[in-house]
Amino acid sequence: MGIQTWTFIIVGITFALYIGIAIWSRASSTKEFYIAGGGVSPLANGLATAADWMSAASFLGMAGIIAFAGYDGSVYLMGWTGGYVLLALLLAPYLRKFGKFTVPDFIGDRYYSNVARTVAVIAALFVSFTYVAGQMRGVGVVFSRFLDVPINTGVYIGMTIVLLYAFLGGMKGITYTQVAQYCVLIFAFMVPAIFISIMATGNPIPQLGFGSAGEDGIYLLDKLDGLMTDLGFTAYTDGSKSMTDIFFITAALMLGTAGLPHVIIRFFTVPKVRDARKSAGYALLFIAILYTTAPAVAVFARTNLMETVEDKPYQELPDWFSNWENTGLIAWSDKNGDGKVQYLPGSAVADKKPVFSTEKGQFGERLVSNPSTTPNELYVDRDIMVLANPEIAGLPNWVIALVAAGGLAAALSTAAGLLLVISTSISHDLIKKQLAPNISDKRELWIARGSSLIAVCVAGYFGINPPGFVASVVALAFGLAASSFFPAIVMGIFSKRMNKEGAIAGMVAGLGITIYYIARFKLGWIGSPENSGPDNWWFGISPEGFGTIGMIINFIVSIAISQFTPAPPEEVQEIVENIRIPSGAGDAIEH
Amino acid sequence: MNAEERKKYWKENLRYVAILLSIWFVVSYGFGILLVDVLNEIRVGGFKLGFWFAQQGSIYVFVVLIFVYVRLMNKLDKKYNVHE
Repeated sequence: MGIQTWTFIIVGITFALYIGIAIWSRASSTKEFYIAGGGVSPLANGLATAADWMSAASFLGMAGIIAFAGYDGSVYLMGWTGGYVLLALLLAPYLRKFGKFTVPDFIGDRYYSNVARTVAVIAALFVSFTYVAGQMRGVGVVFSRFLDVPINTGVYIGMTIVLLYAFLGGMKGITYTQVAQYCVLIFAFMVPAIFISIMATGNPIPQLGFGSAGEDGIYLLDKLDGLMTDLGFTAYTDGSKSMTDIFFITAALMLGTAGLPHVIIRFFTVPKVRDARKSAGYALLFIAILYTTAPAVAVFARTNLMETVEDKPYQELPDWFSNWENTGLIAWSDKNGDGKVQYLPGSAVADKKPVFSTEKGQFGERLVSNPSTTPNELYVDRDIMVLANPEIAGLPNWVIALVAAGGLAAALSTAAGLLLVISTSISHDLIKKQLAPNISDKRELWIARGSSLIAVCVAGYFGINPPGFVASVVALAFGLAASSFFPAIVMGIFSKRMNKEGAIAGMVAGLGITIYYIARFKLGWIGSPENSGPDNWWFGISPEGFGTIGMIINFIVSIAISQFTPAPPEEVQEIVENIRIPSGAGDAIEH
Repeated sequence: MNAEERKKYWKENLRYVAILLSIWFVVSYGFGILLVDVLNEIRVGGFKLGFWFAQQGSIYVFVVLIFVYVRLMNKLDKKYNVHE
């Protein structure tokens, strides 16, 4: 059977599964809609959190980024896992004990202020919308590549599926579909990885495989370092970012992870405080399976690519090369006219992406009309590494179809989690808590459903008309979470003295400086482009890493302001005393 | 549970958190970033050790740290009789 038939079958089965779960797990109260009734087992919550967390970017993009960044790619590996240690030790158990529905709930109650609640709602909405637009786009891209439908049709199909289980089941439906989606995505990621590891080194465990030797007896990493330095690249295991920058980016990603509302909210769904700790452990374990495999896949893919194409005649290259060339994700321009591929450092094209003319070159290649002046002739889009790997390794068609289903599972599960945060922010934090406190539970449930409908439409709109800055604002999402939520929540738990004046000033200062820095050095909205390059960065910290500084500023401002303003009222200090002790959590969630 | 017991329970919890977060910091920021060049001189099989910590080792340690904390806190909750 062909790839398309297999893809229809496998994607069809998984979608039927998700819809079945949605119908089975309908929500009948706001408690079920917001936090799945608080009755999810730690293991199920761990699985759901892992699927919630790993997006299309983790599944499709990360191994590719690492393959091209080498050691520098470590920032994502450590940054997107280390945050769970912070979550488990500093946040999750206490927020569970506090036992409300949302992150703005905690900020608003702990800092006895609707201003603080509103700042938190705005930050939550901004972070979640930034993120969800990318997911919807991811769904569209996977559909278009494997099922041969236009990207927009793919986005509509994705919207319908997500809406179905978010609308019916809320958090309850989302949780159990995410459990299924985790199983699909991890299976889809591991099967090709294991196949390729066996082919490259004979070792079926990819995590060990990329530290072993190939058939020629040379260690794979040494071979790759050698291949790369011979051609003038930096060695794979060395990297080229400064140590300061690596440090700050890793920190910003960790702190951002621990402050992302759609991750935190998952820990409200387990029955007990001890379950919150335990499910953070399970979540990281399940995430680690993919995150420790990805760097192995990256090494196999990079080695494979270099050995297959470097200095080889174009006409003798395998079929996958021209298949991907047809999609525009690989491009070759024969700059020195020898008919062979020269893969060297530097960009092969003058702009970010190759522009193809309609003509074919003398070897049958698609002619590129914007080649750069560097001797590098090959352009490879980083996103194709995971998708192309099974083809490059010559794996059967069903494996390729499986990867498509895995990519869809990853994108849909993350999108659903984010949409829930958005609809909850509107129906609970804005309407129930501020505008209309007297509405009945039933009304609120319908408002929550209505807001999820609106949220899906807005997300779909962004998926179809992606704003130009979406790709570059993932840095913003993490920076904002790191510089606003993380310090406010941590101080809310660990300092009884922290008051509303300190917390609000801290969040505004942290958010403000981070937004300014990213607008200045990443988006180019402020200041002239000439002096926004790396030489002008403060302390050599890139915009991706600036959330760390934003967080430090938040802490300093909060502590300073709180010293000069009155201590929080007695009953708030009692809340803090209370959330530090696990017993009695069962009662706390009823409110 | 009286105020003194609460204080003691909280102090012991903070001590666990401090110890575990120090390990968290050392394996990632220490071994994986600040000391990466030194550790890269040491080889384990095909891996340079610093590179291994940055892309593999730190993640394994993170997982272990959380489960160690879970165990320690379950014991502590029992000791002070604050478990659910």
